[in-house]
Amino acid sequence: MEKNGSGLETELRLGLPGGTEVEKNEKKRVFEEFDDKAAVHKNQVVGWPPVAAFRRKNSFNGGKMYVKVSMDGAPFLRKVDLSMHKGYSELVTSLEDLFGCFGIGEALKEDEKNNEFVPIYEDKDGDWMLLGDVPWEMFANSCKRLRVMKRAEANGVGLHAKDLLKGLSKEE
Amino acid sequence: MCLFQSVMNYFPEEVLEHVFDFLTSHRDRNAVSLVCKSWYSVEKFSRKKVFIGNCYAVNPERLIARFPRLRSLILKGKPHFADFNLVPHDWGGHVYPWIEAMAKSRINLEELRLKRMVVSDESLKLLAKSFPNFKSLVLVSCEGFTTNGLAAIASNCKFLRELDLQENEVDDRKGHWLSCFPESCTSLVSLNFACLKGEVNAAALERLVARCRNLRSLRLNHALPLEVLQKILVQAPQLNDLGTGSFTHDPNSETFIKLKNAVKNCHSIRSLSGFLDVNGRCLPAVYPICANLTALNLSYAPGIFSNELTKLIRHCKKIERLWILDTIGDKGLGVVANTCKELQELRVFPSDLYGVGNAAVTEEGLVAISAGCPKLNSILYFCQQMTNAALITVAKNCPNFIRFRLCTLNPIVPDAATNQPLDEGFGAIVQSCKGLTRLSVSGQLTDQVFLYIGMYAEQLEMLSIAFAGDSDKGMLYVLNGCKKLKKLEIRDSPFGNMALLSDMGKYETMRSLWMSSCQVTLGACKTLAEKMPRLNVEIISENEGGAGEVEARLDDRDRVEKMYLYRTLVGPRTDAPDFVRTL
Repeated sequence: MEKNGSGLETELRLGLPGGTEVEKNEKKRVFEEFDDKAAVHKNQVVGWPPVAAFRRKNSFNGGKMYVKVSMDGAPFLRKVDLSMHKGYSELVTSLEDLFGCFGIGEALKEDEKNNEFVPIYEDKDGDWMLLGDVPWEMFANSCKRLRVMKRAEANGVGLHAKDLLKGLSKEE
Repeated sequence: MCLFQSVMNYFPEEVLEHVFDFLTSHRDRNAVSLVCKSWYSVEKFSRKKVFIGNCYAVNPERLIARFPRLRSLILKGKPHFADFNLVPHDWGGHVYPWIEAMAKSRINLEELRLKRMVVSDESLKLLAKSFPNFKSLVLVSCEGFTTNGLAAIASNCKFLRELDLQENEVDDRKGHWLSCFPESCTSLVSLNFACLKGEVNAAALERLVARCRNLRSLRLNHALPLEVLQKILVQAPQLNDLGTGSFTHDPNSETFIKLKNAVKNCHSIRSLSGFLDVNGRCLPAVYPICANLTALNLSYAPGIFSNELTKLIRHCKKIERLWILDTIGDKGLGVVANTCKELQELRVFPSDLYGVGNAAVTEEGLVAISAGCPKLNSILYFCQQMTNAALITVAKNCPNFIRFRLCTLNPIVPDAATNQPLDEGFGAIVQSCKGLTRLSVSGQLTDQVFLYIGMYAEQLEMLSIAFAGDSDKGMLYVLNGCKKLKKLEIRDSPFGNMALLSDMGKYETMRSLWMSSCQVTLGACKTLAEKMPRLNVEIISENEGGAGEVEARLDDRDRVEKMYLYRTLVGPRTDAPDFVRTL
């Protein structure tokens, strides 16, 4: 497959436009070859830069990654050490323990109809992101602080457009 | 030849064996065993050290049959890209079958060195029980064991000289493994547990150090505070290699003053590492030993700021091997270039993986080093940006590179000055560095760079490619040109079936080939597997469902996400998990 200067694929094919077997596979890839330069610029490619997993876990801040967590309605904040968790489900369990409530993890599941809480985090760019979209390690390394929002307060907090739209459509 | 043969036959086997003892390199001994039957036999029974670069290329039974008197074994398991999470967790590389087989055959194992293997506690326990003369265990980037396994080693290996744990994922069970070294153990020469997360019994460690008078190398972990370090240095001023644990204290305290004095007494330290959790103001304590240091590893010490780093480095005039973080900056690298005239190996790791890159070094630092350090022959350099001009200059300054690994934080970034691909820069490197054996390329690269590599990199044994090239031609240039190529690993590059199948015999001359997120299809992999029975061609899926599901989804025209092929004498492996299919 040749690649021209602008990085677009210009492969001529016979047949109907639309999905093929090959394209089905492409969805599995975290990094779409040269289609998403933005992902590359933001270093969101799996396994890049090629720093060994052990080094990634251990050479930053002596391993500890404490971040503040705020919960809407709670009078004070807590802190949680991201390096002590291996994934989102463990983190959610810790959050539920910290604030004595259930259901924080519901927003991460496919069926979002009944979740009361929306866990979000502020990343290194200062954007507020919904928990769960990116691989765990990428999240752990870019999370500056966490917030457990009540869905009722979802408006006007600077969620990305896609999620704002989701919120709006739920409200109808 | 005939006369020589008969002359040699006058010598009894013991003499031949004695002569062969002087051959230490594996390649030399392999060559010797090909000369004639009697040399093969003598070499076979006198071979003590065996190196197996891919544990699935042979099996334990064949190893033992071939070298029944082996004493020292080096085994490597997972492919290199496993380090970067590209290989699913349970892919393989288990050491247990090897230990089990050697135990059954009563091999007199004394040394075992493993890299990227899965080591269970069960394996360690079996190892500890089965080999009464066991002396040295070195585990690098392994996983699967806990401190219970270490306890078994400590308790049972009466003559243990070396326990060296480098960058392993160890489950810390908070048992007192270190206390398991019996009072009678005085043989330790090297102890490295820097990668362990948990507490160790400081008192037990101090007693151990006090009674092991031959201890030369000691690397502590994060959990051990400065006070303990101070006491240990008082007991062991003869150390050559020291890894501090945590290195933070009030610089005005009595403990700190005692530490300074203890350090001054350590005249033999040549290698220094650690500083896990460091207060920069404590660094001056090590200044007295810097003048004689030949190796310094500060790559796990993000807490040291650039100016503190450079102050430290100014004292290190004899450094030959330096591993640091990019917090040092281009200016700091300038200081290295002016100070470290004996520098041979430099590694600059990134300190900020996902951020916008405040720190980070650029081509300037690399050029400065190449100009200032005439003995430089090995580099690993993570950088924000690079230019062809800089690489060309580096190539001119340093024709002696044997390892050159460049990693731009953005994998497809072009020349920062001209916006061109970095082909010419890397081309200059391979053309100038005639002894280059290992190369990693990055940045925006076209097929042209591979043309250069194929043309000039005659000694190249290992090549790592990511997000590079335009077409199959790129990969073909490399396969056709690099006669000594042993390991080729490629990710996210547009190389496909034509390149894969053009010279299938080539892969039998190599240890392995890794291709992920490329353009090769299942059909091509099947063809290759069918034509080359002495290769294992593995298709690795993500951990979703069993092999049946994988087969239902993929047909021959589909691209394969991950392929790993390697030459082997023993056919498809029997321990492959569901998501690995050997064609």
